[in-house]
Amino acid sequence: MCQVGEDYGDPAPEGPPPPRPGRELKCVKCTEGLPVVVIRAGDAFCRDCFRAFYIHKFRAVLGKNRLIFPGEKVLLAWSGGPSSSSMVWQVLEGLSRDSAKRLRFVPGVVYVDEGAACGQSREDRAKTLSDVKLILQTLGFPWHVVALEEVFALPPSVLRCSAPEPVGTVGTYKVAVDSFLQQQHTLEAEGVGDSPSSAQGEAQPSQPCTQDPQDLAGPPLAGPPPAAQTEALSRLFDSVKTLTAKEELLQTLRTHLILHMARTHGYSKVMTGDSCTRLAIKLMTSLALGRGAFLAWDTGFSDERHGDVVVVRPMREHTLKEVAFYNRLFAVPSVFTPAIDTKAPEKASIHRLMEGFLLRLQAQFPSTVSTVYRTSEKLVKAPRDGCASGPRCLLCMCSLDVDTADSATAFGAQTQDFSQMQPPTPLAEAGAPTVPCRSAEVGRAPNCCQGTRPCRREDSRAHVIEQLCYGCRVNMKDVPSLDPLPPYILAEAQLRSQRYGPSPEIQEYLLENSDDKAHTSGSGAWGPPEQEGKDGQTACDCINKNIFN
Amino acid sequence: MAAPLSVEVEFGGGAELLFDGVKKHQVTLPGQEEPWDIRNLLVWIKKNLLKERPELFIQGDSVRPGILVLVNDADWELLGELDYQLQDRDSILFISTLHGG
Repeated sequence: MCQVGEDYGDPAPEGPPPPRPGRELKCVKCTEGLPVVVIRAGDAFCRDCFRAFYIHKFRAVLGKNRLIFPGEKVLLAWSGGPSSSSMVWQVLEGLSRDSAKRLRFVPGVVYVDEGAACGQSREDRAKTLSDVKLILQTLGFPWHVVALEEVFALPPSVLRCSAPEPVGTVGTYKVAVDSFLQQQHTLEAEGVGDSPSSAQGEAQPSQPCTQDPQDLAGPPLAGPPPAAQTEALSRLFDSVKTLTAKEELLQTLRTHLILHMARTHGYSKVMTGDSCTRLAIKLMTSLALGRGAFLAWDTGFSDERHGDVVVVRPMREHTLKEVAFYNRLFAVPSVFTPAIDTKAPEKASIHRLMEGFLLRLQAQFPSTVSTVYRTSEKLVKAPRDGCASGPRCLLCMCSLDVDTADSATAFGAQTQDFSQMQPPTPLAEAGAPTVPCRSAEVGRAPNCCQGTRPCRREDSRAHVIEQLCYGCRVNMKDVPSLDPLPPYILAEAQLRSQRYGPSPEIQEYLLENSDDKAHTSGSGAWGPPEQEGKDGQTACDCINKNIFN
Repeated sequence: MAAPLSVEVEFGGGAELLFDGVKKHQVTLPGQEEPWDIRNLLVWIKKNLLKERPELFIQGDSVRPGILVLVNDADWELLGELDYQLQDRDSILFISTLHGG
């Protein structure tokens, strides 16, 4: 107690009054510096301590999880916004350190131009893009700028879960680090290594550029996307009835595009800039959207749902306040682009509402965000299954959480809604049993409508819907027509519904098959997923032949 | 009687969209009976600078939760928040951390 009193008493007698009233506080860390920011409910940090704290937290998150191997290609998903900009600058900072502390992965940056979905004019988009490219060029990483319009050219295979890399354990991580360091040493000894000295400054990290020199200057400056695609994209977003569904759709398409970029350029990890505040909001939003089953994937540090490309969220311990202060104090460049919900009223979407709710609660109870966020940390991904172990949602690519036996009340209610929503065609009403049959067994509907020609369109909608998880089904209710969707989604839906013909039989067969694998190969409960996938497919073909011949 | 003050008011993170897209505003606050604090400044901003949708910037007598306030690049929480008394040539920055600004 006395000490505290002394601390406070000290600066007071110094001659002139302090220039700013109320700033007699000192930094909680070094107890000397003038505090500039309050974090964690009352801890005031000075500029230098805040910087150290911020950088340490970023590196600690990466170090703790040991997911990114040395030399691995990592794609940084940069939106131009504060969190992802900060993330990119943290990586840059990490790469400019001296060798012992240097981050050892090989980064690239992807920027997705979403102007068309957000209703930006051509001129505004061009202006944003030139700002974006200016920043990307100063970074010195390989970079890729893609327009969201390119989803119209995606192949259906982007929706397939590829075989994951062998899961790295702590042991293999250490081995990888050691061998990487050894390699570096020999290279340096031979004088071939590019051994960047820490004095090189932030603008020119030489290490990352060596991997992909042709990419260094960025891709050849592709002109703006074809006007027809821009139009198609705005038509798609205009057709969606609610802002909630628009935001979800945008996120889905963006994820697919980034995933495709990562795969085609050989990146095995994607880093996104989700902050702790954003993730807390996302957790509550996802709950409200019926995505409770996937919270661990949607908000966890790593997200392995895509198999070969793992999404990691290294900014998940930083609050938005910390991010905003850091970016301001240390002049991290970012590009502001209007989002789809810019200037929207607070009740315009579930996302917006949840953001307002949490932030307002946070203003009164400063640990709200961290409490919600800690919840997301405790969620366990279960079952941690491989790719081929079950059908996946066509859009979010999570394992289907829907109950085909139709026992869950929520699902029952949802499918009933679905059947009401479909205006029955005159012919279907006249005789064919489409309506009752769909409401009862939407889960295994693929051939229930066979023979009733007139409902082909509804039929294709049913084919898509039945391949979605609960959350995506609810969301698709606000998308009145599937026709404006990019072709890869519809193509993959058709492929899948052909492949999985009469699903109960297939299901049985697949399960047996994976059991067999486990017995014969003895490599754990789930065999190599890729092989399983292939076997599953041949199984499908066999069954299709047997049944349909 | 407080003398007129000249301060810089800046908006960032998308908050500037509510102010015609202009980020930096050099403003002169007229002399008035009571001293200028952030509370008064917000009222003045609402009346003189804010172009649209005041509810997206101001809620009650404070800023909307999610908008950070920095006075001379320091957190306003260190300075008494709404009660901080403005000095001549202060710079006040409002950063929106809300999605979409």
